[in-house]
Amino acid sequence: MLRADVRLRRGTFVLDAAFEMPAPGVVALFGRSGCGKTTLVNVLAGLLAPDAGVIELDGHLLLDTARRLTVPAERRRIGYVFQDARLFPHLRVAANLHYARTRARGPAYIDFDAVVQLLGLAPLLPRRCHELSGGERQRVAIGRALLCQPQLLLLDEPLAALDVARREEVLPYLEALRDRLTVPMVYVSHNFDEVLRLATHLVVMADGGVVAQGDLAAMSLRPELRAITGPDAVGAIVAGEIRAVDAVSGLASMAVGSGELRVYADGHVAGARLRVQVLARDVIVATQEPHGLSVRNCLPGIITGLVEDSAEADLVTIDIGGATLMARITSAATRELTLAVGMPVWALVKAVSLRGRLVRHS
Amino acid sequence: MNPSETDALALSLAVASRSVLWSLPPAVLVAWLLVRGRFPGRTALDAFVHLPLVLPPVAVGYLLLLLFGTRGPVGGWLLRTFDLRLIFTRNGAALATAVMSFPLLVRALRISLENVDRGLEEAARTLGAGTVDRFVTVTLPLMLPGIIAGTITAFAAGLGEFGAVITFAANIPGETRTLPLALYTALQSPGGDREAARLAALSIGLGVGGLLLAEWFARRVRAMLGR
Repeated sequence: MLRADVRLRRGTFVLDAAFEMPAPGVVALFGRSGCGKTTLVNVLAGLLAPDAGVIELDGHLLLDTARRLTVPAERRRIGYVFQDARLFPHLRVAANLHYARTRARGPAYIDFDAVVQLLGLAPLLPRRCHELSGGERQRVAIGRALLCQPQLLLLDEPLAALDVARREEVLPYLEALRDRLTVPMVYVSHNFDEVLRLATHLVVMADGGVVAQGDLAAMSLRPELRAITGPDAVGAIVAGEIRAVDAVSGLASMAVGSGELRVYADGHVAGARLRVQVLARDVIVATQEPHGLSVRNCLPGIITGLVEDSAEADLVTIDIGGATLMARITSAATRELTLAVGMPVWALVKAVSLRGRLVRHS
Repeated sequence: MNPSETDALALSLAVASRSVLWSLPPAVLVAWLLVRGRFPGRTALDAFVHLPLVLPPVAVGYLLLLLFGTRGPVGGWLLRTFDLRLIFTRNGAALATAVMSFPLLVRALRISLENVDRGLEEAARTLGAGTVDRFVTVTLPLMLPGIIAGTITAFAAGLGEFGAVITFAANIPGETRTLPLALYTALQSPGGDREAARLAALSIGLGVGGLLLAEWFARRVRAMLGR
């Protein structure tokens, strides 16, 4: 487990952040550029000394300014994947990996061959670093960080410098890392799609501070997150397991809470644990059970929240039995249907609107 | 070439290589202090290192005589403790040469150190490399283009050092009479014109060759580093 509570002032910028993460898992540090995510990660790694604070990893204190205790970065056993990879240009790929392997501290949990296999590095080993593509560089950088046998892996926007195609090339490897290794990861990003695919927990940052933190599903309902993602990306994240796939229609039924969501299987099979973000703008609210509609999902539920989203729209949260959906509707509709907290309603979600929004999760 | 000319050439090469060998470690240290150090007196150190560039070489030789002469504070101590005499010796010529070419070396090392990406040192740090380990395995290899260029330039300049050498180590055939000193001696002696011309041509060839070699090496290393 990682616990951090640090303060740092640099000119007019003030970092004052506290968060905890359960291990294992992937915590996404999410926020706009300049909100202090990288500063916080550098403090965790020991590359920046905070003015005051405590950092504790797996019961060991790495920093406690009150007790004048600082473990130097090279002895923290924290792996760091930088945005710009930072491979050593004078060493070939294999030598970059060995550099970390020979300096590993503490018990080894992953060996050289396993890293090479996990990240598909075998064809890259004899290459020089400047001959690699951006995506290959990041894969090598991840492998190098793993070979120092870290107790915690920090990834600072590892995909930010890559174009969309290259991102898709690296993301599956990051998912494999999350699913197959137990090393906890802190993943810095300002791209919510990446967060949705990788994170299990979310720490939302703004202006040098942590404004909200919690598991991804709970956080997807929070206004602090809405403030950063913007109105179009607002939507509840629900997790569930695929029960069955209908081979003819290609639709799968996914158990969500006590209900069931019909989604396009997109290659996923029964038993797969998935996560899907149901965008608020794609959800329709009905006060009576509708009939004769093409919509595949018609979930009965109860309104648990009703807040103004903008001058013309409201956000309605609906409990569909152990899971929560969010719908954005016009204020006019709220008035006309006299919607209120506690009212039974039906949430309507088109299966096509969920297409491509399904992600695997461990 | 006659034996005295080959002697002068061999001696020049020996003195220049010895001087570079001696001055490289302190030059790395000084370059590091000047680029990375934050201490009072950094500007003074910078000025002091560059003194040989602006002083007359003869004055440098004279100061060396005062310091390293058999009665000087350092020279006297070396003689008593190690029975080592620098004045009028090959080692003395190398010392004078080293002092004169020191600023050239520091300059090249400094520029290459300034160009080292500190992010790579940070990366090494997160991988578990301590201060010395980082310096040896990351910083120094990344400085290699500057080290090679600086070494070869200092070596080429050292082959031609005259004023400081003749003042401190005198003009002793086979011991301190390097190429430029032999050239000067040839010019002073009647009928030495042909020898002087040959020695001058040799010096020019060595200097130009050294510079070309430095450039070629630096280019190869940069290509290796992908720059």
